[in-house]
Amino acid sequence: MTRKTSTLAAALTVLAFSFPAYAADPIKIGVLLPSSGVFAGLGGDQTLALEMGFDDFGREVAGRPIELIPADTESKPNSGLAQFKKLVFKDEVDIVVGIISSAVAGAVRDAAHNAKVPLIISNAGNNPLTGEQCSPWILRTSFSNSQIVREMGPWMAAKGYNNVFLMAFDYAAGHQMMDAFREGFVAAGGNIAGEEFPPLGETKDFGPYLAKVKAAKPDAAFVFFAGGPAIKFVKEWAAFGLKGEVTLAGAGWLNSALYVKKQGMDAEGALGILNYVPSIDTPENAAFQENFRAAHGRDGSEFGVAAYDSARLIVEALKATGGATDDKAALVAAMREVHFEGPRGPFRIDPMTNNVVQNIYIFEVQPQGDSVAAIVQDVIPDVQDPPKGCTL
Amino acid sequence: MLLDPEFLIVQTLNGLQLSALLFLLSIGLSVVFGLINFINLAHGTLFMLGAYFALSAARAFDSFWLVLLVAPVGVAVVGGLLYLVLLRHMQRADPMKQVLVTFGLIFVGLESVMIVWGPLPHTIDVPALLAGSSSVLGQVYPTYRLFIIALGLAVFLLLYLGLERTRLGAIVRAGVDNRTMVAALGIDIGLVFFLVFCLGCGLAGLAGVVAAPVFSIFPGMDMSVLILALIVVVLGGPGSLKGAGLGSLIIGIADTYGQVLVPELARVTIYALMALILIFKPAGLVPVRSGH
Repeated sequence: MTRKTSTLAAALTVLAFSFPAYAADPIKIGVLLPSSGVFAGLGGDQTLALEMGFDDFGREVAGRPIELIPADTESKPNSGLAQFKKLVFKDEVDIVVGIISSAVAGAVRDAAHNAKVPLIISNAGNNPLTGEQCSPWILRTSFSNSQIVREMGPWMAAKGYNNVFLMAFDYAAGHQMMDAFREGFVAAGGNIAGEEFPPLGETKDFGPYLAKVKAAKPDAAFVFFAGGPAIKFVKEWAAFGLKGEVTLAGAGWLNSALYVKKQGMDAEGALGILNYVPSIDTPENAAFQENFRAAHGRDGSEFGVAAYDSARLIVEALKATGGATDDKAALVAAMREVHFEGPRGPFRIDPMTNNVVQNIYIFEVQPQGDSVAAIVQDVIPDVQDPPKGCTL
Repeated sequence: MLLDPEFLIVQTLNGLQLSALLFLLSIGLSVVFGLINFINLAHGTLFMLGAYFALSAARAFDSFWLVLLVAPVGVAVVGGLLYLVLLRHMQRADPMKQVLVTFGLIFVGLESVMIVWGPLPHTIDVPALLAGSSSVLGQVYPTYRLFIIALGLAVFLLLYLGLERTRLGAIVRAGVDNRTMVAALGIDIGLVFFLVFCLGCGLAGLAGVVAAPVFSIFPGMDMSVLILALIVVVLGGPGSLKGAGLGSLIIGIADTYGQVLVPELARVTIYALMALILIFKPAGLVPVRSGH
């Protein structure tokens, strides 16, 4: 090699390593969702919607490509924490998004607070995460348990339900949902006919509990079940002859878009309250559902929408900082300024708690075509949590 | 609420349905224990396997009735292989070794199920014929659950007739009583044990199949029922058909009422019952005469 060519080669090498590295240094985003364990299905649903969100809102900001780094929490707190640390310290991500399970969120909370890297929670609804344990570094785009059901008590009392039976599994989320309902319902003059908290995971059969509901003769039941148990509960409710006798109402995951069609006519007439249903009649939601159905052949769910909005929150905040990610405090500040009209309606982050402020929808499951769907009956706009013990 | 007849009717039916399942599950465990003093802790795993076989069979064939036939036979085959390959050699080992080996099989079963069917819970649909509700004494009750009760009763009667009225039944009864004497009479008691073992496994599988539409199918669904089944065996007396029937009835009803009337003590009620029986009737409620 002659002297000239070697100099040229050296120059090229220098350029090759310095220039692109500076201009196209990727923005790394850790995606902390389970692809195994009990919440693998929900993790998969959010992953699809998150990908769709970055497709729609941009995979590049200010010339920097957005790189997603997946990490499997296995739906377990200890694995979730280990994966969070791996994302932050080994992969050196700029933002972490995800977390389905409140148990995983609880395990990650302190590490996230101390790491000073923005964490966007896209599902886990445990109240304290944006209450007494809130952190300037943790934002939530999904919901808090109380935020979802708080308005249902007064609404049902106003509709003439005086005597309501409560049921949920015996764990934090179950109690938070029932407490939030009870508070509003009793304050509005309602009476609690009875309550049951079957053990989580161990309950093999709803039969004995349904016999108790029957004996209490309430006007309605307000329950919280999700996933497989929700499908089973609704079917057994009908098989035990309660459908048509007692109004079934629930935190809306009872009839989630992911499985309401499996429940079929057994779910008909059930009331629910949730932050999203596929039937919301806005152009933003119509566009979202059209895209989602085209890509995946089914309705997008409330889980998907929270992930989709998380992608939009990230992209818009990055645009506001001009693609800069070194100053993490500025990045979080930018996120707290983002607001837009999403599939759920108006979206913004509450500066008091870092929890999302959003519309809450009350729906009824009605026949639609040869199946059923959740049809919106009422909208409670801009529901915001009181800052319980949170000082940001 | 206890005096409310509606509650009593529905809850008693729930109790009977659990009793029927417990009977199907515990009869194999009980007779094997009575025959060869062998505690097969993996019996619950066969119950779980029955449910998963039903899941796969339901995907393959479109008939619940075919599933009801095929899946228990599959479980009986697995049980038979298990016996020939492993458990046969454990018969003369001390009880602690038997417990440890079959306890190990529980974990093998759990892991295998996760590998083959994944960690997520599944459900299978109730057959259309049994999907609706029926009226029992003026109460609406799921037809499928009535079917479970009827099936448990039918199996009990068949086994009763089989044990009391057939030659094989006589050999089994004699074997529970005194196996050495039976062998001395020139009967291949080993073969009889094998057949009884397979039948017991098949019935555990059958319990798994009929439980599948009511419970969800998930890895670990065997553990809670295994404990109940062991209590049934202790309560009724090992090796006794009537004991297993009576024990299932008591535990099924006690567990169902206990869950909602005294939820804090749901498990305690059952263990307390078992402790009382062990103190006052250590051989069980329906003890089998023993000539060992």
